[in-house]
Amino acid sequence: MPSHPPSLLRILIAGSVDDGKSTLVGRLLHDTRAVYDDQLESVRRVSSNGLELAFLTDGLRAEREQGITIDVAYRYFSTRKRRFILADAPGHEQYTRNMATGASHSELALILADARKGVLLQTRRHAYVCALLGIKYVVLAVNKMDLVGFDETVFSRIKHEFEEFARALGFSEIRAVPVSALEGDNVVEPSARMPWFRNCCLLERLENLKIVAPVEQPLRLPVQVVLRAEQDFRGYAGQIASGQLNAGDDVLILPARVSARISSLLRPDSATPQASAPLAVSVTLDRPVDLGRGDMLVDPQQPPSTARVFRASVVWMSQSPLVAQRPYLIRHTTRQVCAIVSRVENVIDLDRLASTPSDKIEFNGIGTVTVETHQPLYCEPYTVNRSTGAFIFIDPTTNQTIGAGMISEVLDSGAEIHTPAIATSGGLTIWFTGLSGAGKTTIAQAIYEKLWAKGLKVEILDGDVVRRQLSKDLGFSKEDRDENIRRLGFIAQLLNRNGVIVLVSAISPYRAIREEVRSAVPNFLEVYVNAPLEICEHRDPKGHYRKARSGEIAHFTGVTDPYEPPLIPEVECRTDLESLSDSVALVMKAIEQRLNNNST
Amino acid sequence: MSIPYLRALESESIYILREAAAQFSRPAILYSIGKDSSVLLHLAQKAFRPAPIPFPALHVDTTFKFREMIEFRNRICAERGITLLTATNQQAIDEGANPFALGTAKCCAQLKTKALLDALKEHRIDAAIGGARRDEEKSRAKERVFSFRDAFGQWNPKDQRPELWNLFNGRLDPGESMRIFPLSNWTEIDVWEYIDLEKIPVVPLYFAHPREVIVRGPLLIPIEHNPPIFPGERVETVVCRFRTLGCTYCTGAIRSNATTVSEIVQELRDARRSERETRIIDHDTEGSMELKKREGYF
Repeated sequence: MPSHPPSLLRILIAGSVDDGKSTLVGRLLHDTRAVYDDQLESVRRVSSNGLELAFLTDGLRAEREQGITIDVAYRYFSTRKRRFILADAPGHEQYTRNMATGASHSELALILADARKGVLLQTRRHAYVCALLGIKYVVLAVNKMDLVGFDETVFSRIKHEFEEFARALGFSEIRAVPVSALEGDNVVEPSARMPWFRNCCLLERLENLKIVAPVEQPLRLPVQVVLRAEQDFRGYAGQIASGQLNAGDDVLILPARVSARISSLLRPDSATPQASAPLAVSVTLDRPVDLGRGDMLVDPQQPPSTARVFRASVVWMSQSPLVAQRPYLIRHTTRQVCAIVSRVENVIDLDRLASTPSDKIEFNGIGTVTVETHQPLYCEPYTVNRSTGAFIFIDPTTNQTIGAGMISEVLDSGAEIHTPAIATSGGLTIWFTGLSGAGKTTIAQAIYEKLWAKGLKVEILDGDVVRRQLSKDLGFSKEDRDENIRRLGFIAQLLNRNGVIVLVSAISPYRAIREEVRSAVPNFLEVYVNAPLEICEHRDPKGHYRKARSGEIAHFTGVTDPYEPPLIPEVECRTDLESLSDSVALVMKAIEQRLNNNST
Repeated sequence: MSIPYLRALESESIYILREAAAQFSRPAILYSIGKDSSVLLHLAQKAFRPAPIPFPALHVDTTFKFREMIEFRNRICAERGITLLTATNQQAIDEGANPFALGTAKCCAQLKTKALLDALKEHRIDAAIGGARRDEEKSRAKERVFSFRDAFGQWNPKDQRPELWNLFNGRLDPGESMRIFPLSNWTEIDVWEYIDLEKIPVVPLYFAHPREVIVRGPLLIPIEHNPPIFPGERVETVVCRFRTLGCTYCTGAIRSNATTVSEIVQELRDARRSERETRIIDHDTEGSMELKKREGYF
């Protein structure tokens, strides 16, 4: 298809209503024929004065009724040369949050200034937020040139002033274009009324801009899902975040820190010798490895930092301010971890564009913080790699997205961190039992997040992990299994004594030994994670069932070994029937009851 | 090396579909049988191949769909081994619901919105993946890719989560759900160019053919399901095609000679009328799509 526009350019447009932003967006859409006649007719019907272009971008009924502005609108238009996605961020209310959101999706910022007013405080703020979010290309549209008589000196003065100020922000390229959005001068067609301006008009500038790809970046492929099919097929699927990948490449796997070779590369459904960012792919490896969602395949020569403590710039988006020591969740690549902000260093005063010391960041504020996470992130500074440098904050209680973060510096790799958690007197052991693949670890992990978000001391004892460490010497005979459970129970008891809530996730197939542990642990809550064998076998997250069926693994619970379900568990989670959030809610309710009883 | 933009859009959508599979317990594809749904299904197959699509397709069947749509649906799902769930508000149908009796707004509320919300509840679906695009209608320009719905299935435009980079927040409490739109950044012409590029089958109603229709002002109303014919109207045979597909009563055809996908692409390049102009339900009141969405419509 030769008529395809060859590439996509994502643009953020910044400016306030007064700068004529809606009119400019309307003009771009109208003059590139992105608006259909029936849509124009309906705009004409509500316009008081012919065709008011600003109505083309008129928002939601809710906004009109309530006089509020809801975040970013996305517009689409194309020319023969290029296809454009325009993120249209409201410039007045909540502009930091909206601009940051729009900028995170954009390569170029189109910043508006009113020719009569020049570079305003707001223009500077917009430029600052764009720079912070890593936008490298700026087009300054000096609008309303018709109202200053198309005067070249006015344009030159504003252009010069903006360039002077923006020099410190590190943009790769700044172009200024004098336009009249209302009358269409220099937007899509060159203006006869400004013959002194010999550079290209706005649209031509957008069409011809060459985005210089950042210096060859090393491979980062965060795993989203593991695909399983017959014949032991295991595909690790994700979108290449940076760099490129060839079939036959050696890659390093994080966090396992083992190497493997790419045996096949699918892009996304047919084999290909090579793929690069941002393509969605799946890969198979030449050897079995421990690899799942949230893990990363990276260039072994240039791995990212492994960080639990880092400094970051933050744009805060919640009414309740960011403060140190409060629990947050962080989503980074395909990984989600528990975190706290250990220190708020400063906030940016956007009026002066200078930092001032502060112990909190308010709604729509920007600041610098130190973050500590429970599990490490595989990351780089945002200025080096946008994909591995960006993260969001999630409120573990409301589930809201409450902030955006950009890593500026890795402070301490693998350091032990101290979260000021509250010990519960006497502790509590929550014992998750059930078949392999029933969902024990998934529920335990979610419960961990919830308890931790409440500031409680909590630890997970995972059967698989303990078997790799403490019970390395044990096999899978009944005696060995019982011994393993006894050890788990013993550690849980020790931790409980220190006020720690312990989540044990282990198949623990035999009823008698579970009852033995129950009688040894003072505060014990049994959760039966129940899904029919066929379903667990179908899920087969670790590929164990298939191996058990083929005889590769002996003594496999449910296949060759028995599973004795609890007779009266405190909680039963039917993971084949209920959603994860339902199961989590059930378990949380039981835990809360138990903790409340203990405290009264 | 720059990636052709259709491949960039494809990768973005596949990434979103994989996030849906990873972040939710019970996702389902909202399959409307139209061109966007066909692209969505094709992308879902690509996203998980060689494994099967890890979720079912749910079709909200108002019983007023075109016969050709239902035939196409059954054939595609059978050929591709896709689990098909259907949702119908049988009680409302039995009570005689139709757009003439109820008006279009109430009819949609009963046969689409209620049927959908009931089915999501019945099958405990926590993520409903739809083919809606932001360019379709102005209230959709601000729609999120992960669009949060409260425990009543309702969309509150003030309560949506900011979406930065490609970091989608799918966390839910019990009863809440997410609508997910992997085609958010596609436009109508992208969809057709992709159908052309990937040779994706679509319902034959999209192609021009002589069809019997009622000519009602600018609208060409199909005669399937026996719509009322008003005085002065008559049934004519017109060479036409459907640019968008819905219920027969509320979907008009357009005059067109486009019989192949590439002719459709060419027609769209020159088109001066919008895609949803022939969708009667969008125009029942100002802002009507937004009102339907707030109640839980897709």
